[in-house]
Amino acid sequence: MIQKGQDFVRRLPDSGHHFKSATSIWRMIHLDPWLLLGLLFISIYGLVVLYSASGHSQFMVKRQLVFFALGYAAMFTVAQFNLMFIERFSFWFYLVGVVLLVLVLIIGVGAKGAQRWLSLGFIRFQPSEILKLAVPICVAAFFSARILPPRFTHVLVAIGFILFPAVLIIKQPDLGTAILVTASGLIGLFLAGLPWRYIVGTVVIIAVASWPMWHYVMHDYQKQRVLTLLDPEADKLGSGWNIIQSKTAIGSGGWEGKGWMKGTQSQLDFLPESHTDFIIAVLAEEFGMVGVLVLMVGYFFIISRGLWIAAKAQRTFSRILAGSIMLTFMVYVFVNIGMVSGLLPIVGVPLPMISLGGTSLISLMLGFGLVMAIATERKRVTV
Amino acid sequence: MPFPDIDNDHRHLKDIKTETRLVCSRITVGFAVVVFLFAVLIFRFYDLQILDYEVYATRADSNRIQVQPVPPNRGLIFDRNGVLLAENRPSYTLSIVKERTPDLEKTLKALAELVEVGEDDLSNFYKGLKQRRRPYESVPLRYHLTENEIARIAVNEYALEGVEVEAQLVRYYPHGELFAHTIGYVGRINERELASFDEVAYRRYSGTHTIGKIGIEKYYEDELFGEVGSQHVEVNAHGRVLRTLERIDPSPGKDLHLYLDIELQKTAVDAMEGRRGAVVAIEVATGGVLALVSTPSFDPNLFVTGISYQNYKELNESPDLPLLNRTIQGQYPPGSTLKPMFGVGGLESGIVTPQWRIRDPGFYRLENSDRRYRDWKRYGHGNQVDLRQAIVESCDTYFYDLSVRMGVDRMHPLGAAFGLGERTGVDIPSERAGNWPSRMWKKAVRGMSWFPGDSLNMSIGQGDVLATPMQLGVLTAGLAARGVMHEPRVVEFVGDKRTVTPPRATFKAREEHWDYVISAMEAVVHSPRGTAKISAKDATFHMAGKTGTAQVVGIAQDAVYDRDKVHERNRDHALFIAFAPVENPQVAVAVVIENGEHGSSAASPVARKVFDTWFAREAERQAKSEQEAMLGLTP
Repeated sequence: MIQKGQDFVRRLPDSGHHFKSATSIWRMIHLDPWLLLGLLFISIYGLVVLYSASGHSQFMVKRQLVFFALGYAAMFTVAQFNLMFIERFSFWFYLVGVVLLVLVLIIGVGAKGAQRWLSLGFIRFQPSEILKLAVPICVAAFFSARILPPRFTHVLVAIGFILFPAVLIIKQPDLGTAILVTASGLIGLFLAGLPWRYIVGTVVIIAVASWPMWHYVMHDYQKQRVLTLLDPEADKLGSGWNIIQSKTAIGSGGWEGKGWMKGTQSQLDFLPESHTDFIIAVLAEEFGMVGVLVLMVGYFFIISRGLWIAAKAQRTFSRILAGSIMLTFMVYVFVNIGMVSGLLPIVGVPLPMISLGGTSLISLMLGFGLVMAIATERKRVTV
Repeated sequence: MPFPDIDNDHRHLKDIKTETRLVCSRITVGFAVVVFLFAVLIFRFYDLQILDYEVYATRADSNRIQVQPVPPNRGLIFDRNGVLLAENRPSYTLSIVKERTPDLEKTLKALAELVEVGEDDLSNFYKGLKQRRRPYESVPLRYHLTENEIARIAVNEYALEGVEVEAQLVRYYPHGELFAHTIGYVGRINERELASFDEVAYRRYSGTHTIGKIGIEKYYEDELFGEVGSQHVEVNAHGRVLRTLERIDPSPGKDLHLYLDIELQKTAVDAMEGRRGAVVAIEVATGGVLALVSTPSFDPNLFVTGISYQNYKELNESPDLPLLNRTIQGQYPPGSTLKPMFGVGGLESGIVTPQWRIRDPGFYRLENSDRRYRDWKRYGHGNQVDLRQAIVESCDTYFYDLSVRMGVDRMHPLGAAFGLGERTGVDIPSERAGNWPSRMWKKAVRGMSWFPGDSLNMSIGQGDVLATPMQLGVLTAGLAARGVMHEPRVVEFVGDKRTVTPPRATFKAREEHWDYVISAMEAVVHSPRGTAKISAKDATFHMAGKTGTAQVVGIAQDAVYDRDKVHERNRDHALFIAFAPVENPQVAVAVVIENGEHGSSAASPVARKVFDTWFAREAERQAKSEQEAMLGLTP
């Protein structure tokens, strides 16, 4: 299967006999035009909303433009990688990521009581972002090397290396990222054909165990924290304030919205975190439900295209990887919008491609780079 | 390479086709979940944005729109010539909204470095904080900021959350002490006042920090205040007002025009020469109060923005009682100033006649009693004292005799008809009623029956008799108007409406009796034997008056009042009542000088100066209006 000494950068298809038609320009540069179109659309839409949400800050928009430039460059670069190489070194990515996570807990820096960053002097970065990609890559590599559907022992091993970094991330603490990392791994496990009986069994066990846990194991303060997490509106001046204000912003937008830069909730500072986690509320207030639907169509288009690429991929590794990247993206979208609109408890998950922030954007774009690489992977003559 | 190689043994068993089908079916399940989750989100937004739109739109509006009260401008106060006595001055006030200040102590410390904040400011501020307040109501910390201080605060605004600089109109009394007791002052609304507010008043004062506390400012509070307005403003989450959306203008309070004349007031104050006492001048025809002086006085401006503890202590604990409005709250024995009233009453009831004479040995003795009731003149006024002489020389023995024959049951209604023992009803709050004794009163208060000796004391305005200078002024005006009584008024116009006074019963007496008594009063001033002849010098008009000397401490039987042995505070009060001109009385004046000893020498010159100024002013006004009429200025 794997030829030793192969370059990690793929050779350009030289003979053309792998493809039915002549090599298109997109194939040559290893990009998927439809996926790229969707991403560009969301990026531009996001910048428009960000300008309003940041209080008309050209500085922030320019900064976000720089992040986008870096992100697209990273995507383009990764798209050129040979997936074989990535598959082969997946465990090492994972290992490096986990070691860095441990380092974060020891010598990390951070703000607001959370320790999430590693400082290299000139640049700071969040090792947890590495795991967002390393975990699904690892899961895909692990299962593509095994007979599917997976055996029970393999499932246990996989769950072990999914949860280990997640626990480290929770300790920082960063619940949002931990959820995303876990989700990306579990989705990979699901795509690898995790038997339904395991899934159903786990759900039943959790449901049954939660009752005695709640009544006999948990302390009152722990219960209180869970309750606040589940029903933030009970705490009107604390975490409830955010959710009340964001629901007010969304609801008062109505069908047509109040107009760009005319949202009262966002422009008058009633909406907290308006340019980061709660940016969808700005969009919903100013562009109304029409604007929300446009955004969702954009996301839906990207995810559908990504899943299509996954389904059409050449190898099991690629299928699982592309599938878990795209479905994790969906988790991003759903958790963020769900929490801002009051469906889900508040965990710090940004709205992908729209919220201000460089680190998460770049790790997202790296993921799309992998999907792009999968989309244009050379069809190999298999044995 | 742990993962790829671990399972190489089984690699040959991999069934590519089944595996592809399995993964693709899972991707399809994933896609279905994606569709489902998007459906959930869309339904959620439909729920929030379409179904519950009204709820959230209202909530967003109530977030950003606040209704604020707009306080009306308080009415101004003018004297009868249009001189401004109470005005509103723009002033910049530094205030703090506690609810918006994250760390109050830190903010105060930061402010202290930018502007001068004294200890009094701080203690007033904390007092204001402790009081019941409306939520988000600002509490003033410093008044009268300078331009520099405003600039310094503006520069540091970002670090001073909850700190506001408000432009406010602050009440100012340009003449300070001159009208303190009459006009009074406004001051911070205190807890008790706040608690007494009903719904309407609460709304009314919602944008205002001050309320009338004493004097005219209190009595005419409703008229001066006006009607509160309101405005809808857009605020941001930090409570800063961004713009006004809608405004209902307040209607300003009504201006007051007083009967008072500032020049007359000044003259009276000057004439008091720093002595403690009171001067009341009343326009005979209307009951309008032309001058109202209580000395010593205080600066009402101190109270407007909250008086400092030190200043208040000084005023409150001063033995001179500057805070006491002596004109309506000071109660003095009226002494001999009541004699003309008894004269008219005696003549009218036939108890005495112009021909009635008594012998005055310097004392009066009741039948079957050894006790001597002394005249102020040791060896008496002679053997042929008639009413005229008794008034001119203030003969006590004559009135002792009169009182015994008149009896308390006729004396009491007589005094009551001239307003004694009863509040005059002047338009200044907290007036006291004095005391005008009667049989019933003595029984009720002292638990004793009336003795003839009590009547004797009553006839010379001593004993249990107490009257305020305002009551004496009203009585004097009543004598001048030959029995026509008016309720005194300080305010002539509220807005452009003339104040009305309730009618009072006229004391009826025959003209010849009035002529007789008034002529005797004229002689008090204008005859060589008159007790107030000192104030007649060079007068261009004739006055009718009566002196009075009120004992502060009782003097024992047969003892002689020796001023050198009596403590200054125990010396007699000097009183004088008068009106002028005699033939056509315009002004009635009552003067009380505490411990001034003799009404003749101490009090009567004060009245004379008031008259002089009044007639000079009248002449001026006359000339001016004639001139204006000639120039056709008046329509």
